[in-house]
Amino acid sequence: MRIRDLLFVGAAFCALVQPASAKTIAVASGEGAQERLQEALIAAEPGDVVELSAGRFKLSDGLSLDVNNVTVKGQGGLETILDFSGQQGAGEGLLVTSDDVVLKDFAVENSKGDGIKSKGADRIVYHKLRVEWTGGPLATNGAYGIYPVESKDVLIDSVFVRGASDAGIYVGQSRNIVVRHSTAVENVAGIEIENSFDADVHDNIATHNTGGVLVFDLPNLPQMGGHNVRIFGNIIVNNMTPNFAPKGNIVANVPTGTGVMVMANRRVEVFDNVIGENGTTNIMIVGYRFPFQDPKYDPLPRDVSIWDNQHSRAGWDPKFRGGTEIAAAMGGSFPAIFWDGAGGSKYTPIIQDDVPALSLGLKDIAADTAMAQPSPLARATSRPAGLPAIVLPEAMEAAIR
Amino acid sequence: MRFVLPFVLAFAAAVATSAASDDPAAIAIAGPQNPATLSAFGFFDGGAARPSPRLIPYELRTPLFSDYAAKERFIYVPDGTQIGADADGKLIFPVGSALIKSFGYPAPSGGLNVIETRVLLHQAQGWVALPYVWRADGKDADLRVGGTRVPVTFAHGGNELSVNYSVPNKNQCKQCHSAAGNIMPIGPVWQNMAFSWPADARAIIKALPALARLQPYPKWDDSRTGSLDERARQYLKVNCGHCHAAQGSASNSGLFLDGSARGAAALGIGKRPVAAGRASGDLDFIISPGQPDQSILIKRMESTDPGIAMPELGRSTVHEEGVELLRQWIAAMPSNTH
Repeated sequence: MRIRDLLFVGAAFCALVQPASAKTIAVASGEGAQERLQEALIAAEPGDVVELSAGRFKLSDGLSLDVNNVTVKGQGGLETILDFSGQQGAGEGLLVTSDDVVLKDFAVENSKGDGIKSKGADRIVYHKLRVEWTGGPLATNGAYGIYPVESKDVLIDSVFVRGASDAGIYVGQSRNIVVRHSTAVENVAGIEIENSFDADVHDNIATHNTGGVLVFDLPNLPQMGGHNVRIFGNIIVNNMTPNFAPKGNIVANVPTGTGVMVMANRRVEVFDNVIGENGTTNIMIVGYRFPFQDPKYDPLPRDVSIWDNQHSRAGWDPKFRGGTEIAAAMGGSFPAIFWDGAGGSKYTPIIQDDVPALSLGLKDIAADTAMAQPSPLARATSRPAGLPAIVLPEAMEAAIR
Repeated sequence: MRFVLPFVLAFAAAVATSAASDDPAAIAIAGPQNPATLSAFGFFDGGAARPSPRLIPYELRTPLFSDYAAKERFIYVPDGTQIGADADGKLIFPVGSALIKSFGYPAPSGGLNVIETRVLLHQAQGWVALPYVWRADGKDADLRVGGTRVPVTFAHGGNELSVNYSVPNKNQCKQCHSAAGNIMPIGPVWQNMAFSWPADARAIIKALPALARLQPYPKWDDSRTGSLDERARQYLKVNCGHCHAAQGSASNSGLFLDGSARGAAALGIGKRPVAAGRASGDLDFIISPGQPDQSILIKRMESTDPGIAMPELGRSTVHEEGVELLRQWIAAMPSNTH
């Protein structure tokens, strides 16, 4: 047996060894919930389940979990509610900083900052969660609903997020990511994949956001060069909620009425989605059009492929500088797909959808969108072989079966 | 003997085991059980105001702001061991050591009304952080791993301030005291330390003569100790740099305030926010040179809203004097810095 095989056998054996004392720690709602729940999250040992009762947990501070291989589960997204409306401190409702954590069947309501954040938490599973700012879209809501960052292997499945003043589901600076079967409503960005590598975003519903699904790469961050993202099988319709992000945030620049927005990423595929009723456009591909000084950063989107999407109405009210003028020149409506032209023709996206598509001809990344020189984009006759599907460790899939 | 010359170290290790038997701290620090009461360590003789003579009291020239709480800091090192230091002046504590910090507010009767004492214990497997909350009678403190809040009213600058003082939970201790996911002391760094007893400083210098060559860091609030730029950066380093570091809790922000920043953007100058959310407050840059009112850094320091405020932990009131220092610093930056 070669050394490599031995290592595999060893790893498999270790995975089978469960901690002998794995136990369930039950926590009920009611008096003293803050300290009782936080103490349970601290007392938990690897393999344990922290089980939350039904009811409303009135919390005064952020919660945090820093123990590997712990499951936190409630009785359902409508039954078990972590209520942060009285929160006095911490930047998020629940913070996870350990690996192999499963969060499922509970809700986080009205946290002052982000809803649930996991940082450096590999193999995290978010399942059947609800994160909601119950007042609907307000600039005073927290930024991100579900917020894994700097993590490897991320699964977000069957969650519901509403009201985030930045992104409902936000995956940042991570790799090997699946976001599926989830619903994002009335956020600025429904689902956002940022500065991340290897992501599948599929079979989600993004509606009544400002922008449905965003794939971004930004400068001056530890992980840059976002690439290999597939957006497929989603319903991305009627994202017409006026942008309510505080200015200064990158998503404050997302035009109201955006379906899919790809900014400064490499190798992005958008296919088999139902996209429509988005007043600016259904799919836009743009460069990062702000000044930056980061020699390692590439502001240009490249290798974007778009095919087999089902489009309905788009572009009747484009909300970016110069958009109205272009729409008027085109007979009153903006096309369902546009590219800003960043970088010139060799960066032209491959488009096979049977809808009008436009280049704004803004080759220079610093040019104002009002200076657009629009020209139609021809339909591509072929496209490169698709990216492979994201595969997550089996234990993560098993955790939600 | 708390400090021994390096060449004595080999002998000292053998002595340490026998000395441990009559020192409750040695057993309490070694674990594996976290003592339920602070008295188990023997650090205090029946009250926070009576530290054991085994402890080395020290202060910081520029401290972390914690809601105007006064802090009393101590080092415990086991008999027969010694403190070391790295080339940057950061002290290295042997296994079995503890860093002890009490937080309180001046009592009307004089002295300090101590609310909590936090201990950082250097166990064989690594550091452990534990918060102990003093009982009403002030005779002992109980372990509160889940943290708590204590309403406090105190006088500051002629005004009476009320805060809901936050005792951090065990995980929150780690949010600040962490490097690459492990608990670590944030410092202390020799250049930022001052000693209540000159003999303690002399003993450390005697054991670690290289420290004597390091220039003291500026005191953030004393213009005789450093330029505005030096004092502002020192304030940021102490108050923000434990999270805003490449291995810290805020690494994903790309904003590095621990002194490691290369280039203006990593220090926040002309840098757009990443995950600030509503904390951006309609502003474009973390630091807008020459324009403190247009700088997100100032806005977040001036807020007490948990969704906006920085630092995220341990602050429910504004550090007016610290904000003023950073306002001056930003105002003095030429507006074409980026």
